[in-house]
Amino acid sequence: MKPWITTVARWRKKERSLVTAEARFPALVVAALVFMAFIFLVAILADVIAPYDYRAQSLRLRLASPVFLEGDLRHILGTDELGRDVFSRLLYATRFSIVIALAGTLMGATLGTLLGFIAAHYRGTVEEGIMMLADVQASLPFMLIALALIAAFGGSVLLFTAIMGIYGWEVFARLTRGVVLSANGQGYATAMTALGAPPRHIYWRHILPNILSVLIVQFTLNFPQVILLETSLSFLGLGIRPPLTSLGQMLGAGRAYITTAWWVAILPGSLIFLTTMSISIIGDWLRDRFDPTLRNQ
Amino acid sequence: MTEQNPILSVEGLCVGFRTAAGFADTVHDVSFSIGHRKTLCIVGESGSGKSVTCQAILGLLAGNGAQTGGRILFEGHDLGAMSETELEAIRGRGIGMVFQDPLGSLNPVHTVGRLLDEALLLHTQLNRSDRHVRSIELLRLVRIPDPEQRLKAYVHQFSGGMAQRVMIAIALACRPQLLIADEPTTALDVTIQAQILELLNHLKSELGMSLLFITHDLGVVAEMADDVVVMRHGRVVEAGPLTQVFNTPASDYTKSLLDAVARLDTPSPAYRWRDVS
Repeated sequence: MKPWITTVARWRKKERSLVTAEARFPALVVAALVFMAFIFLVAILADVIAPYDYRAQSLRLRLASPVFLEGDLRHILGTDELGRDVFSRLLYATRFSIVIALAGTLMGATLGTLLGFIAAHYRGTVEEGIMMLADVQASLPFMLIALALIAAFGGSVLLFTAIMGIYGWEVFARLTRGVVLSANGQGYATAMTALGAPPRHIYWRHILPNILSVLIVQFTLNFPQVILLETSLSFLGLGIRPPLTSLGQMLGAGRAYITTAWWVAILPGSLIFLTTMSISIIGDWLRDRFDPTLRNQ
Repeated sequence: MTEQNPILSVEGLCVGFRTAAGFADTVHDVSFSIGHRKTLCIVGESGSGKSVTCQAILGLLAGNGAQTGGRILFEGHDLGAMSETELEAIRGRGIGMVFQDPLGSLNPVHTVGRLLDEALLLHTQLNRSDRHVRSIELLRLVRIPDPEQRLKAYVHQFSGGMAQRVMIAIALACRPQLLIADEPTTALDVTIQAQILELLNHLKSELGMSLLFITHDLGVVAEMADDVVVMRHGRVVEAGPLTQVFNTPASDYTKSLLDAVARLDTPSPAYRWRDVS
């Protein structure tokens, strides 16, 4: 064979593999995945990276400009109204926001999935009760529920996380109930019963693996909403309170200085935007990948 | 039919379903019994209640269905009076079941090895490596080539006939004394159907099982049955040994069923052609 033919064939092959790689991992998804990996790394390593204590004040250096606005190198992203280092605060705020959103979403997903399974298994009154609770929560603005709970019980971090956990359970419960009911109608569930498997065995080892993809996708859709809820409540001063910090709380505190020191509010705001958008992109991509009717296209 | 100690005897079974339109009686006063190492075929058209009858035996009726009368005695114990836990011990170990749609009855997310392993885990005390060895034996028993490799395969990688063999292997994992086969060959093409029937007959004699076989195919009945129960509209129309039912059918329905079978050795009844000319 002539050497140029093999060269061309090699090019073609490389081109094909690039095309399939692009189809499996679109550039936007890769960017989102990289960004989220970066965010999680920052959240884990916040105390290692941070040059200052996020609570350390230095009133003589109030509202110092970041480096890119001709500030000095001591505070690369400037300082806030109490002279605290914005870069260090961003690291810790990311950590708090991610941990609370993750814990909240996990709680909501677990609670909702469990209730969905219970509703689908017992049917009848139990099912109606659970679904009515879900309807009640879906028909009330969650912000109101959260405000009422915080007003009644005060604002501890633990309660705040629990409130995040209540958010979104009804979506998981409805989703789980629906898919479990349809999975129960599948032949394999009957076949396992005929084989003498107890219901919990069938739910845990046969139906859960079958519906896991749906739940994972819902998880990625719920996660940014919980982040936004956390930031909204903290922005209003009802969530994470000083001296602790979160992205929403930084945004809320910085809004008074938006005309004179925009970086105090815009930087955490951009971080919130990029994080929620990245998770949404990943969620959409996962949904397409898990959907068998969209596969192999 | 009238054996002293039948393995399964159904006496006056009635099954009903709650529906939006009211209570629907689907099975009325059905009685039959299966002797040790015998094959009983229940034959009937769609909706005759044959599947519901065998679902009732294992307590697998849909949530809105219930046994409303009669007794189901398995080795002398009334299955209808058992708790769910006691039934779980009978299912799979005492009575195995094979379904019509093998591809739908096997969980798509697990490998065949895992499914076989679970069946063994549910009813035996074997450890992991023993279960693995037994799984390979079972696949060999149902004549699946290259069983070691096949254990790692998923259900969608099997053809319908192969999947039905896997289903049979799983049902036989704990050596049940009675195998209920609910139209096991309906979803398969004719050559595969013959292989599966031959396999079931072979396994029945090799393992000393009894077989309750549900079908609408009289050809299958002729090949498999010792005894036959003909059902229609949820009632037993006729019951008896194969030769008696086939050679001297008592009811008109059985006669018309037999007439409806296309035969090569005798000319078709004249009325079939009358309208054509």
